[in-house]
Amino acid sequence: MQKRIISNNKDITLKSFFFQWEWLLILIFIIINIVNANLSPYYLNFNTIIDATMTFLDKAFIVLPMAFILVLGDIDISVGSTVALSSVVMAVLYNMGIPMPVAMIICLLVGTVCGFINGYLLVKFKELSAVIVTLSTMIIYRGIAYIILEDQAAGKFPKWYTYLGWGYVGKIPFILIVFVVFAILFGLLLHKTTFGRRVFAMGNNITASRFSGVKVDKIKIIIFTLTGLMAGVTALFLTSRMGSTRPNVATGYELDVIAMAVLGGISSAGGKGRMIGAVISIFLIGFLRYGLGLINIPAQILLIIIGLLLIFAVMVPNLKQTFGRVFRMNGTK
Amino acid sequence: MTEKSIIRNIKNMDVSKVKELGLIVFIILLSVVVQIRNSSFLTFENLNDMITNTAILSILAVGMMLVIITRGIDLSVGATLALSGMISALTVSKYPELNPLIVILLGTIIGLICGSVIGILVAKAKIFPIIATLGMMNVYRGLTFMVSGGKWVSAHQMSKGFKNIATSSILGINTLIFIAIIIYIVFYYFINHTRTGRQIYAVGSNPDSARISGINTDKILWLVYSIMGGLAGLSGVLWVSKFASAQGNTAAGYELNVIAACVLGGVSIAGGSGKISGILLGSLLLGILNNALPLLLVSPFWQQAIQGFIILFAVLVNAIVKENIKKKNLTRRKI
Repeated sequence: MQKRIISNNKDITLKSFFFQWEWLLILIFIIINIVNANLSPYYLNFNTIIDATMTFLDKAFIVLPMAFILVLGDIDISVGSTVALSSVVMAVLYNMGIPMPVAMIICLLVGTVCGFINGYLLVKFKELSAVIVTLSTMIIYRGIAYIILEDQAAGKFPKWYTYLGWGYVGKIPFILIVFVVFAILFGLLLHKTTFGRRVFAMGNNITASRFSGVKVDKIKIIIFTLTGLMAGVTALFLTSRMGSTRPNVATGYELDVIAMAVLGGISSAGGKGRMIGAVISIFLIGFLRYGLGLINIPAQILLIIIGLLLIFAVMVPNLKQTFGRVFRMNGTK
Repeated sequence: MTEKSIIRNIKNMDVSKVKELGLIVFIILLSVVVQIRNSSFLTFENLNDMITNTAILSILAVGMMLVIITRGIDLSVGATLALSGMISALTVSKYPELNPLIVILLGTIIGLICGSVIGILVAKAKIFPIIATLGMMNVYRGLTFMVSGGKWVSAHQMSKGFKNIATSSILGINTLIFIAIIIYIVFYYFINHTRTGRQIYAVGSNPDSARISGINTDKILWLVYSIMGGLAGLSGVLWVSKFASAQGNTAAGYELNVIAACVLGGVSIAGGSGKISGILLGSLLLGILNNALPLLLVSPFWQQAIQGFIILFAVLVNAIVKENIKKKNLTRRKI
């Protein structure tokens, strides 16, 4: 096993500072924007760019807690279904005559409960891996959404509710502001609090963390519950944007979300990663999708690009490690 | 001492059999209940239909079991299946006189290539299986759309010989069932009686020891993903031939069913364990559920949730049994 460094504020030399993953991401991000601007005359425009964020930020809320889960070395593939279930429950309750604010709170609650169930099962049954637990809850949550709404769509939300997905504060979309606030909160939580330090410690060595007094189970449940809560938030924004909801909304979100987090340099082996990387990669994939959409490149080609990017993202650090080892060996000899 | 070891053997045997026995009992109970409610369940036609519908799932489950034994997972199954199905359907629509066997071969080879790319990524580039297969899933799915230009290949564009691959029958039993049986026999022999087959288990139970004892773990990993790809490619041809239609989103999300069949069949996600008989029962259970719920007039909207609950239930029971065994072993050793 190679040695992993828990600390992420290691001595920063100038060289190591510029050889970070985030700079590569920023570079790709800039390239994408230059290409987009050249391909489409309508792209390079403040309003366009700001508006573009509205199209992809809904699922970005889940990336933030997903980063925690990946740092733990776990994975959660039930988030898409959680979004669908909370959205459907909210819509049905509203149509039954419950006031919208209450329905929105219940939507968040449903997400939270879904997340809590995942965390609780994982902690209670240590034999089970996160893949299996969240796989089965993924099927169950989506199944419940289908039981509730069958093949119908539910909508007719009050007018003010559309503000969530479509509204502006000045010239800036409301969703962007909310996202930035959440991103800062989660970033601080991961990097500046004891809670975050404990998460990193658990990702590196869960047994050692337990023996050094970290409440491993509690932290795991909290993180999965947070993920559920953020899935609820996503449901709020997504439903508002679409104006109505169906049991099959947010299908495949889990894969998008995981791809974004992993591309952001968060290792799925656990113990490594930074929130800023995840946030950059959200915008990277978002703008890539938006720009290619402007010049009529089909979404399917985008699938290929994102898939290759994902693999490239994971491969580069591995290659660096391999080659780094070779160089070091030559050096000592 | 001998007495003790014999007792232990008996107990261990019971434990490993308990899981499958539980599954069998569950399947029988389910069948009885369904039969009481709807007498058309246990008829030859219905059983034939049901097993035909399960055949592709069970073929894929074999490959998935091998992957899971090596502590991996393959999410790209559905996409590989779609890609191979689409390419073979396009080929057939262009050259209608092509021998069906050649089409099957073509599909399998496409799947093999797809699988071996993933194998290289996992074995050589050391990418986590879940990430590598997630990425390649997107790539293959995108390729499927590109190859077809977003269009479908539908029944009238396919030759009769091609459609007959999956719809013809031998002695009143569907060809798909025969193909599945052959694959099960081949892989039963491969896993249990060949050196490479046993090495797969060795790599899964402890990769480090396997490497130290001289097993080429990279080769085994690559092989496992290639087999999975090959079986997915074969299933692609069968799928397209069965439904007589190839679409860009064929079998989207089917990988979850396959993984579910493996998990129901007692294949441990932690790697190193899993039996052919187990996954056969696992896919059979899923097949019966798919077939029986409509017969019981359960609303189709309930089916997904019911399936999910049964999978979760099976997984939890599995975990509880395992924990109990651990506890029992500890008390026997008087620690």
